[in-house]
Amino acid sequence: MLCDICGKNQATVHLTEIVDEQMNELHLCEECARKKSIEMEQQFGLSDLLAGMAEFEKPGSEVEGAATAKCPNCGLTYADFKKIGRLGCGECYVVFKRYLAPLLKRIHGSLNHIGKGPAVKGRRMSKKKAELEELRSKLQAAIAREAFEEAARLRDQIKELEKKEQDGTY
Amino acid sequence: MELINLLNHTSEWLKGTGPNADIVISSRIRLARNLDKVAFPHWADKKHGKETLAAITEKVKKIDSLQGITVFLLAEMDSVDKQFFVERHLMSLEHAQKTDNKAVAIDEEEVLSIMINEEDHIRMQVMQSGFNLFEAWNIANRIDDFLNKELDIAYSQDWGYLTACPTNTGTGMRGSVMLHLPALVMTRQIDRVLAAIAKLSFTTRGLYGEGTQASGNFFQVSNQVSLGHSEEEIIENINGLIRQIIEQENQARDLLLSRNRAMLEDRVNRSLGILKSARIISSQETIELLSMIRLGNDLEILKEISRRQINELFILTQPAHLQKIENKKLSSMERDIKRAELIRKRLNLIL
Repeated sequence: MLCDICGKNQATVHLTEIVDEQMNELHLCEECARKKSIEMEQQFGLSDLLAGMAEFEKPGSEVEGAATAKCPNCGLTYADFKKIGRLGCGECYVVFKRYLAPLLKRIHGSLNHIGKGPAVKGRRMSKKKAELEELRSKLQAAIAREAFEEAARLRDQIKELEKKEQDGTY
Repeated sequence: MELINLLNHTSEWLKGTGPNADIVISSRIRLARNLDKVAFPHWADKKHGKETLAAITEKVKKIDSLQGITVFLLAEMDSVDKQFFVERHLMSLEHAQKTDNKAVAIDEEEVLSIMINEEDHIRMQVMQSGFNLFEAWNIANRIDDFLNKELDIAYSQDWGYLTACPTNTGTGMRGSVMLHLPALVMTRQIDRVLAAIAKLSFTTRGLYGEGTQASGNFFQVSNQVSLGHSEEEIIENINGLIRQIIEQENQARDLLLSRNRAMLEDRVNRSLGILKSARIISSQETIELLSMIRLGNDLEILKEISRRQINELFILTQPAHLQKIENKKLSSMERDIKRAELIRKRLNLIL
């Protein structure tokens, strides 16, 4: 089999990716695979990783205006955050919520805190969180045994639940 | 408690006890917490920084689940004292740099350390010897419950504990395990193991945390993700990974013993030879040679020395520790001479 990118060399590296419910297989030669991995590393460059990630927003979405948003509690602007990679106070999370959500999602793969909290004695988990949590662990298990179609199905279920949650229709 | 008293005390993490203490040096739980509606340390002005320090210090002094908690103000410590704490893993390098309105609180046994006004208002750390993250979590959780009750903590129902850096949001917890993996390094399998760790969203660092190189075959493995999993799940995930690494290191050790015993004995004894006779030695070389002594002790090639004695040599030969022992500032060359002297004296008594 020849490499999908250069079409010249024998493909020795095989990748599976799921994009928009389509399962794609990529077959690459070693050289192209190396180039692709360097490309990915540069995209997620380690120096200003966070600032870079905050930059990553889709153009044209409501993220516009983010740069001028300012926390009334501590005075930090979203532009400040992008520069220093640190928030100014706990209230910043409320003010910049919609801009931070995609960033947190990329870092942690989740937007739902499940651990302990200040007022709560021991652990308490809402039904919604428990259901999402179960789906997520199923997803991880599916990925671990390379059951990609099942994984894609679970991923969509999770997405749907999360969307409902955001829309408040859950 | 006086800082100088710590010199003759073996920190909890260096005791060389606890589960899997041959391969796992120590287990650590770190929790990041902030005061609600108060600017984070990097963004706070001096006045607010001072108020935060006072408010947290007052409550920290009331923690009664551990003995003898003492608060050290960084502005009152000289550079050797600060480095002394860094070497003992009681505070981060970052905390030691700018000292305005910063403090560190530790208990008598050096199980707990609370950095005030580091990257977050509160950075609490609990250490245990050996492979023991759950015990570290239990201790940290109790102290955290107390501080949560006494202070107004920044927290959101959806996103958990709110931290200066979004990489810590959620549980605010980082669990780390310090591993000694000489056999995986010697059999050239370590890169494969480190790559696998990275793939699973865990990070590896050197002996002194963020931004430090792995040296002397020591590696610190910790979780990267702090949101979306409970504290127990995060710990269970780290434990699962660590169990596999221990298994691999043990296999590599068996392989070396069965196929290359002579080479192994040679390296251990040569290392001992240098340590027992060197007149000038750097801390880097010391760590590397002591790593071989530790391996030799684990594999019963060197039986007369105890794990605790080796661990103590690791810490006492660090630059600030040497200067505390000599009770004066030493140049780099003077340290290398004093270091060699201390190691010679101690090892020739034991071996």
